[in-house]
Amino acid sequence: MSREEGSGYRDVPGPADDTGALVSMPEGLERAHPSVPELQARFDEAFLRHEVVAGDEHVVFVAPDRIYPVLEWLKTDPDQAYNFLSDLTAVDFGGGRPIQIVYQLYSIPHRHVLRVKAEVPLTDLEVESVVPIWSAANWLEREVYDMFGVRFRNHPDLRRILMPEVYAEGHPLRKDFPLRGRFSRAEQTRRALAQAPEDYYVPSDFGPGRDFQVVGWQEVGGEPVPVKEVATKGKAPQPSEDGSSGAASGDRTSS
Amino acid sequence: MSKKTIELEVSRTPEMGMDFRPAPGPMQPVDLAEPDLRAEKMLINVGPQHPATHGVLRLVLELDGETVVRCLPHIGYLHSSFEKLGEYRTWNQVIPLTDRMDYLAPLIYNCAYAMAVEKLMGVEVTERCKVTRVIMMELDRVFSHLLWLGTWAIDVGAFTPFLYAFQEREKVYKLHEAYTGARITTSATRIGGMMADMPQGWDVGVRKFINELPRTMDEIESLLSHNAIHIGRTQGVGVIGAEDAIDMGLSGPNLRATGVPYDVRKDRPYYDYETYEFEVPIGEYGDCYDRYMVRLEEIRQSCRILHQALDRLPDGPMNVDDPRVILPSKTDLMNDMESMIHHFKLVMEGVKAPPGESHFSVEGSKGELGMYVVSDGGSKPVRWRVRPPSFVNLAAIPKLVEGGLLADVIMVNASLDIVLGEIDR
Repeated sequence: MSREEGSGYRDVPGPADDTGALVSMPEGLERAHPSVPELQARFDEAFLRHEVVAGDEHVVFVAPDRIYPVLEWLKTDPDQAYNFLSDLTAVDFGGGRPIQIVYQLYSIPHRHVLRVKAEVPLTDLEVESVVPIWSAANWLEREVYDMFGVRFRNHPDLRRILMPEVYAEGHPLRKDFPLRGRFSRAEQTRRALAQAPEDYYVPSDFGPGRDFQVVGWQEVGGEPVPVKEVATKGKAPQPSEDGSSGAASGDRTSS
Repeated sequence: MSKKTIELEVSRTPEMGMDFRPAPGPMQPVDLAEPDLRAEKMLINVGPQHPATHGVLRLVLELDGETVVRCLPHIGYLHSSFEKLGEYRTWNQVIPLTDRMDYLAPLIYNCAYAMAVEKLMGVEVTERCKVTRVIMMELDRVFSHLLWLGTWAIDVGAFTPFLYAFQEREKVYKLHEAYTGARITTSATRIGGMMADMPQGWDVGVRKFINELPRTMDEIESLLSHNAIHIGRTQGVGVIGAEDAIDMGLSGPNLRATGVPYDVRKDRPYYDYETYEFEVPIGEYGDCYDRYMVRLEEIRQSCRILHQALDRLPDGPMNVDDPRVILPSKTDLMNDMESMIHHFKLVMEGVKAPPGESHFSVEGSKGELGMYVVSDGGSKPVRWRVRPPSFVNLAAIPKLVEGGLLADVIMVNASLDIVLGEIDR
């Protein structure tokens, strides 16, 4: 459809609800997309609303707890065949509004574009991972987790990707995150200089059976410290006689 | 008397020579456990400071002998938080950030961003601007592929193609500089047009460049395409099938090398790409050699598009006549109250995009480059997201190198054509 029949700039009614997106839709466009009517019929309870933005871009809002079956159907149904996950990202509008997870889908066989969104409240930032549907989601979901703090259930390897793993200032693309970070410049410099290269150059990325692995991070005296588990042939790390435990869990001992 | 002395005494037999070395005789069995190295896996770390990683990419490789068992990429060393910075800048001020992402094809990023914002605003740019942007994007596709070709040749061990490619690349640098004043950080586009009309004779320079380029390409091709070492290093290396490639989200030449003819210019044409005559080269086997061949052919096809675009370059204004986005002329500004108000508002507040969002994809040199802009009606974006083609392509590298040889990791990485400025953003 061309821009003439769509909502150009001048006839746009303006921001409707908190999301800043447009809700009032020109007549007839809701049926123009080849996938939306069937999606609505099939997932009636999960289908929240349908918008057309920027003239010809169709956006479907889906309940976050039903996002996986909806996307799986869009991928596997031969009439839809959205086999190419073009993009997966999130939008934070600030002011405590829910974060939108954006799935930009493309169907290479049918040449259809569809954007699916799920809104997750800040109190429960969790959705199902779509890595089983598209492998491309692996790094994209890691980036969303890194930048927005959205957790993806059943993701195979949900770690920070762009920020360092010891990064303790939060999730940078959230609106409540200040541009220069949460810590002072002096504190950031101190932390950068205090980082031990071993934290990055150990074979911690590899699973059990290695020499040791980082099992998590904890704050010790305000410092993020990797908790390393020494895997010595199935034997749990034993605390030594002087009270300090073998693993880096110094805050629990009281010597 | 210690045990050692006794052993020495015992072992000192008449057969010993003057230098106390035992005379040659039957070997005694040594009771030393031979370490079984076959089960030992070795971890090696490639990068982040390594010339063949094309930036600051770090790969942790688990090796069994010379075979890669696991590959773990680490990125983020060049993270510059462009997307966060963009939220603190006006719509036009974001443009300098875009070319710093992919500094190998900056004009494509400039154009893609401007096109996304224009789509959001409902601004239709002029014909001359459209053709100019097509010229710029195709020029930078050649520009980026030439760098890829040079570094690819270096990685395979051939030095000469690198020099040839960079000699040609220097001409594009000069064209960049002639148009925008900068060699890499071009910042050429504005919302609704370009920073300036093209300088006198610039299109002649472009035509001269594309007339000379095919000869250099022939020379480079004669050095590589039928070279036994090059073929041996690249054919059957880093193979990925079409299904897997789509599943991993590969795009651009990496996807087309697997035989999937997905090109945004053909599938979702923008800027009248459907009226240009060009072909989309596809590969057959999805290996490194196919990715090489696809990119070589893309350079030639881009030259075809450039010829057609230069032929049809229309006269007329470069910038759209829309007071919302483009400053009025100085004459209007001094004589017309309306123009002065527009000028004041544009300078003081910047361009204002209506509430809404837009996701616009172009075919970048590395793959599908998407720009997602979200506005709340203000003069700054609420969210500016780049769909990074290299980032998604690089995510496939474990699949491509696992099971292969260590030496092939370098070739696979070179064949993916990544740029870390855009991966880390």
